[in-house]
Amino acid sequence: MSSRDEILARVRRNQPEARPLPAVPMFDGRVQSPLEVFRAGLLRMGGKFVELPDDGSPERLIRGLFPDAKVICSAVPEVAGNRSLDQVRAPAELHDVDVGVVRAVFGVAETGSVWLSEAQFRVSALGFLSQHLVVLLDPGSIVENLHHAYRHPGFSEARYAVLMTGPSATADIEGVLIHGAQGIRSMTVIPVPA
Amino acid sequence: MKPIDHAEASSKFIEAKDHLDFHDRRLWDLRKKRDRETESLPEWEELRALASAIKEHTLTHLADYLEQFEANAIRNGAIVHWARDAAEHNQTVCEILGSHGARTLVKAKSMLTDECDMRPFLETRGIEVIETDLGERIQQLDDEPPSHIVVPAVHKLRTDVAAVFSRTLGTDPGNSDVHYLAESQRQTTRPHFLEAEAGMTGANFAIAETGSIVVCTNEGNADLSVHLPKLYIASVGIEKLLPRIEHLGVFVRMLSRNALGSPITQITSHFRAPRPGTEMHIVLVDNGRSERLGMADFWYSLKCIRCGACMNTCPVYRRSGGLSYGATYSGPIGVIIDPTFNLRKYSALPFASTLNGSCTNVCPVKINIHEQIYKWRQVIAERQQLPFVKKEAMQIAGKVLSSPKLYRAAVEAAGAGAEYLPRFMLYNRLNPWGRQREVPEAPAATFRQWYVKNRGKR
Repeated sequence: MSSRDEILARVRRNQPEARPLPAVPMFDGRVQSPLEVFRAGLLRMGGKFVELPDDGSPERLIRGLFPDAKVICSAVPEVAGNRSLDQVRAPAELHDVDVGVVRAVFGVAETGSVWLSEAQFRVSALGFLSQHLVVLLDPGSIVENLHHAYRHPGFSEARYAVLMTGPSATADIEGVLIHGAQGIRSMTVIPVPA
Repeated sequence: MKPIDHAEASSKFIEAKDHLDFHDRRLWDLRKKRDRETESLPEWEELRALASAIKEHTLTHLADYLEQFEANAIRNGAIVHWARDAAEHNQTVCEILGSHGARTLVKAKSMLTDECDMRPFLETRGIEVIETDLGERIQQLDDEPPSHIVVPAVHKLRTDVAAVFSRTLGTDPGNSDVHYLAESQRQTTRPHFLEAEAGMTGANFAIAETGSIVVCTNEGNADLSVHLPKLYIASVGIEKLLPRIEHLGVFVRMLSRNALGSPITQITSHFRAPRPGTEMHIVLVDNGRSERLGMADFWYSLKCIRCGACMNTCPVYRRSGGLSYGATYSGPIGVIIDPTFNLRKYSALPFASTLNGSCTNVCPVKINIHEQIYKWRQVIAERQQLPFVKKEAMQIAGKVLSSPKLYRAAVEAAGAGAEYLPRFMLYNRLNPWGRQREVPEAPAATFRQWYVKNRGKR
């Protein structure tokens, strides 16, 4: 008997008496201003939230936020950057990116998270090899909580989907909070209508 | 095999006072942060009930959900393997790596691969394994197992980490600044991410409906392990299944709140299918889980989502350290899981508890942990695995307690206190319980003496 069949047979033999699957409520209707709750959640998790200046140019804003950045790699049409994703053959080629720029599909107010998949990153490693990540988010796309987030069809369509909430972080040594453990050192969300 | 002597091992931990105090404080701080989060969610108790019910439903239909998961994973282009035990898991991983000629593996933290003792197995076969979670990396470099399932190096102070890193990564031995140490690990790990031929993660959840693997990290190391190499292997315990994506709403809301007191992990990743030109392998591991499912009193432990809250709240764990349990899983959850792996080896662990029930109260999936600890004590006593001292004392206590006459004699004979019964059990030289403790002062008269005197005539 194969391992598969042996395990399944033993599981079937040993399963306790069937118990019902409960329906999960949405626990919603409590958030007045999704954008405000989102912003507070993001800040709490170490993220940054920066409004577009009057000139409305995300490109200029990003240059101003990261004056020392040599390599800016953008996956969005609003920002040109200076490194194209078109020629990337292996993800490791993005090792020297200072600032990656992406657009999230939606945000989650409860946690301050943004939802991204391989389609938004174009090269998924962009969200983790970059030193800093800038995320454009349509303020009208923020859902109330994770129950709503997990109803999004993207989870069953994307090869890879991620809820990112602020930068890479660790508190593994004496509980001291460090931003930029392995992945991005900072995450900046800019509200830009899609 | 020699049984683990938890009391003896913890005495070493207790001797290092700075470490003990910090450990106790740090974990209690996590508990307090957890309380703040859970108390701010009005539906917390409802979520617990839902999480428990969803897990119980899944476990009582596990074979069907495993088949559904497998079919969907295959449809997504993943390759699914099944492993009866740790040896088969390690062999399978080794063969997958071998078929790609991969000699380097970057991996995220996985308690399952620790449970299987995978790293030494691969290393003796010429494969370089790099743990990429900071805490797990510290433990790997120090050649120690993780002492906590969420914060693996929580028993170490910054000076300990500085000593380990200076010895292994060449950092300045005199610099124990935490930012410096973390940055050193980042810089030395990054080349491994860029060059590794294979990446590996465990799984926090596996979704039957979509065939997805869900991995929750704060460091982003799982994603770096998956998105760079051309080969990705996920090791998944069969109890990690959830029926549908929507159920993650319940579990992701709870996991990090209960573990660390943050509303969500920084990076919550869902790996459903390999990116073009790469391979994704999923190894479904039993290793005793299907047997545990058939244990009427103990199958509930399979609901565990490994948040570690029971460890943070446990007074025994906080004051004895994870390594003293001598097992992959320590603290209250370890105490009820470990005996299923080896009853003799872990027969002392169910006694490393005060049965205060705090673990049960903080459990996000409502596992009756302290009741299971008590039940394990009964099993161990019945199977004669009780440590000698406890057994002798229990036998005498059993005789005394079953006879009202003997009991009264014993209690009254004590005079200045409960000399015979608890004293013999607690303060003999072999039982470490009594070393730091004193029984409360006994009243001048026993309850029975008082009762006979005051109420006896009626």
